[in-house]
Amino acid sequence: MAGESAKAVDVAGAMITGPVPAVDWLIVAPVLIPLVFGALLLMFRHEMRWHGIVALIGLAALVGADAALLSRVLEHGPLSMTMGSWLPPFGISFTADALGATFALTAGIVAFVCAIFALRDIDVSGRRYGFYPFLMLMMTGVSGAFLTGDIFNLYVWFEVFVISSFGLLVLGSERAQIDGATKYAILNLVGTTLFLIATAYLYGTFGTLNMADIARKAQTISEAAPLMTLATLYLLAFGMKAAAFPVNFWLPASYHTPRIVAAALFGGLLTKIGIYALLRTLVMLFPVERAILADLIGWVAVATMILGVLGALAQSDTRRVFGFLVISGVGVMMAGLALGTETGLSGTIFYAAHSMLIMTALYLLAGVMKEMGGSFSLHELSGLYRASPLLTGIALLLALAIAGLPPASGLWPKVLLVKAAVDANAWWLAGAILLTGFLTTIAMGRIFLFAFWRDAPAKGVAKVFDPATAARPVVGQGVLVVLTVPIVLLGVFPEPVIRVANMAAAGLLHSSAYINAVFPAGGG
Amino acid sequence: MRTLIFRTAAPYLSSLMLLFSVFVLLRGHNEPGGGFIGGLIAASAFAILGIAYGAPAVRRAMYFHPMAISGFGLFLSALSGLLSYAFRVPFLTGLWTSVHVLGVEVDLSTVMFFDIGVYLVVVGSITSIALALEEREDG
Amino acid sequence: MELVLAISIATLAGSGVWLLLRPRTYQVIVGLSLISYAVNLFIFSMGRLRHDAAPVLSGQTGNLADYADPVPQALVLTAIVIGFATTALFLVVLLASRGLTGTDHVDGREPE
Repeated sequence: MAGESAKAVDVAGAMITGPVPAVDWLIVAPVLIPLVFGALLLMFRHEMRWHGIVALIGLAALVGADAALLSRVLEHGPLSMTMGSWLPPFGISFTADALGATFALTAGIVAFVCAIFALRDIDVSGRRYGFYPFLMLMMTGVSGAFLTGDIFNLYVWFEVFVISSFGLLVLGSERAQIDGATKYAILNLVGTTLFLIATAYLYGTFGTLNMADIARKAQTISEAAPLMTLATLYLLAFGMKAAAFPVNFWLPASYHTPRIVAAALFGGLLTKIGIYALLRTLVMLFPVERAILADLIGWVAVATMILGVLGALAQSDTRRVFGFLVISGVGVMMAGLALGTETGLSGTIFYAAHSMLIMTALYLLAGVMKEMGGSFSLHELSGLYRASPLLTGIALLLALAIAGLPPASGLWPKVLLVKAAVDANAWWLAGAILLTGFLTTIAMGRIFLFAFWRDAPAKGVAKVFDPATAARPVVGQGVLVVLTVPIVLLGVFPEPVIRVANMAAAGLLHSSAYINAVFPAGGG
Repeated sequence: MRTLIFRTAAPYLSSLMLLFSVFVLLRGHNEPGGGFIGGLIAASAFAILGIAYGAPAVRRAMYFHPMAISGFGLFLSALSGLLSYAFRVPFLTGLWTSVHVLGVEVDLSTVMFFDIGVYLVVVGSITSIALALEEREDG
Repeated sequence: MELVLAISIATLAGSGVWLLLRPRTYQVIVGLSLISYAVNLFIFSMGRLRHDAAPVLSGQTGNLADYADPVPQALVLTAIVIGFATTALFLVVLLASRGLTGTDHVDGREPE
C-alpha cells in the first residue's frame, strides 16, 4: 500500500532520506523516558510497592537525559529533530535550545526530588489513585512543552500536563480538593481555549505551525497581518497559565488543597511553563509586538508581584502564603519580559530556574513543618526551632533565597533584573522588584516568628505538639537539605548559570541559530 | 434500564460492536477509521454492558483493569515509535515489512502498532471513565 | 457560506460564554463544550473554506488548487480528541463533587 503511493507521489522534497545521527535522539529522550515509565506504572498499577522505586529510576534517567541534552546544546547550539522523517515544516519538530533544555533539566531535578519526598508522604491510597503514573505523565507533558518546536504541539503538551496535574490534584478525593480542582480545571480550560484560538489564527496568518518557520516568516510578513492581535492573545492565554494579574485567581483557589508533594510540583513547575511559553512566543516570534506591549506587560508585572506578596502577607496558612509567593515570583519574571533586553531576559530565565527550585522547596518545607508541628496554620504552629535547629537553618536559607538576599540563589536574578530596569530607565520597575523583595522578607519573617521562634501558640489555641517529643521526619529534612544545596550553590557560584541564562536570552533575541537548527542551510 | 429485553440484547450488541471496532481499527489504515474511533466504539460496547449488568460485572469480564489496558496501549505506541532508533530514522517514522502467513501476504508496519496502541489507550481510559460514571449512578 | 459559518461560531461562542458564567457545574461543562465547538469551527475556517475539495492526495499528483488544506482538519481532530478527554474527566470529578457536597453549585455550597 505504501509502495504504491510512494511511487505515485515524489516525496523526496518532503522527507528525510539519509540516516539521522543517534545523538539527535537526545531531544526526544526527555519526553520518551517519562512516557514509557508512566505507561509501565499504569500497566502494573497493583504492584504499588515498586511504584516509588521505578518512578525514581525513570526520573533519574530523565535528569540524566536532560543534562546530556543541555551540555550538548551548550556546546553545539540548538538541536532539532522532526518526527516521522518529514522535513520541517511538514512534520512536527522538536527543537531544544539553551532555554528549553535549561528549563527541562531544572524541572527534571525538581520532579526527582519530589518523588523522593513522595516515598514517605504518599501513602498506599495515594498510590492506588495513581500518584506515580500521573507524576510521570505530567513530566512527559512538561518536558514536551519545553522541547517542542511546534506551536500546536505545545498546546498538546499543555493539555497532557494539565490533565495529569488534574489527576494529582484530586488525589484522595477530599471535598476541598475537588472544590479546588473544579476551579483549577475550568480556568485552565478557558486558558487553553484561548491558546487554541490564538494558534488557529496564527495558522490562518502564517500557514505554518513550526516555531522556527514562524520566526522566519514574521520578519518578512506584510504589515497588514494581525500580529498585534496574535501577540495580545498569547499574552492573555499564557498570562493565565503563568498566573499573572489579573488572571491569576485560579492559583490561590487551588494550590493549597492537594497533597503537599503535588502542591510542590505545581508551585515549582506549572506557572514556569506559562513563563516559558510567553518568552518563546512574545520574544522569539513577535519581538516587534512585544516592544509595543512592553508598558502593559510592565504594569502587569508590577501588579502581579506587589499584589502577590501583599496576598502572602495577609494569609496565615503556610501553603496559601507560598501560593501567593508563587504569584509574586511570576511578576518578577514578567518584569524581564517587559524589559526585553538581554540582561532582563537572562534575569527572567535565571529567576525561573531559581523559582522552580525554591517554590518546590518551600512547599516541601510546609509539609515538613506540618508533619512536625501538626498544622499548616501559623496560629497553631510554634516552637519548631527547639524541635529541629536543622529545619530552622534550612528555612532561614530558603527565606533568604525567596526574598533575594545573599547568600542564596534569589539574589543574582534580581540583580540582573534591577540592572536591566535601571539601564532601560524603568526606575518604577526596579523599585517594584526591590519593594517586593522587602515585603517577601516580611512575609517569610512572619512564618519564622510564629512557627520557629515562638515558644507557644497564642492563648486560646490548643497546643498541637510538644517540641520534645515531636516527630523528626528524616526523609523530609533530607530532601530539603538536598534542595537547599543547589539553591545556596547558585547563590555563591552564579557565574555558570548566568552564562547559560545569557546564552538562552541571546538565543531568544537572535533566533537565527534556532532557525538554522530546524532549517539547515536556510532551505525548506 | 435493566429490562429483560435490554439485558438479553446487550451481550450480542456489545460483542458485535467489539468486532466492528476491530474492523474500524484495521480499516483506518488508508480509509476513514482508526484507533481513536475504533477505541470509542469498543468503549461504548463496554459502557452498554455496564448499563445492563452493572459496572462490577464489566470489570470482571474485562479481567485487566481499564487503566492497565490504557498503560499497555501507551507503552505499545511508544515502542513502535522507538523502533525507528534501530533503523537510524527519526522518531515515529513508519517502517514497513510484509510477512507470509499461510500463503497470504500480510503488511505489517509500526504505524499499525501505533494505532493499536491508540486503540487500547482510548478503550482503557474511556471505559474507565464510563464505569466510574456508572458506579456513581448505582451508588 | 462564510457568513453562515461566522454566525454559527459567534452563536456557539456567545452561548458558551453565557453558560460558563452560570453557577451550576453542568451548565459550565456544556458552556465549555460549546466554546470548544466554536473554536473547532474557527480552526477549520482558518484553512480557508473550500467546496468539493478533498484534503488527501488521491493517488495521482495533481494541482494543489484541487485540494483543501489538510492541516486544520488534523488540528480539529486533535482538538476534538483532547476536548473529549477533558470533558469526560471533568464530568467524573464534578459528579464526585456533587456526591460529596450534595449540590451542583460551582462553589460547592448553595449561596445563602
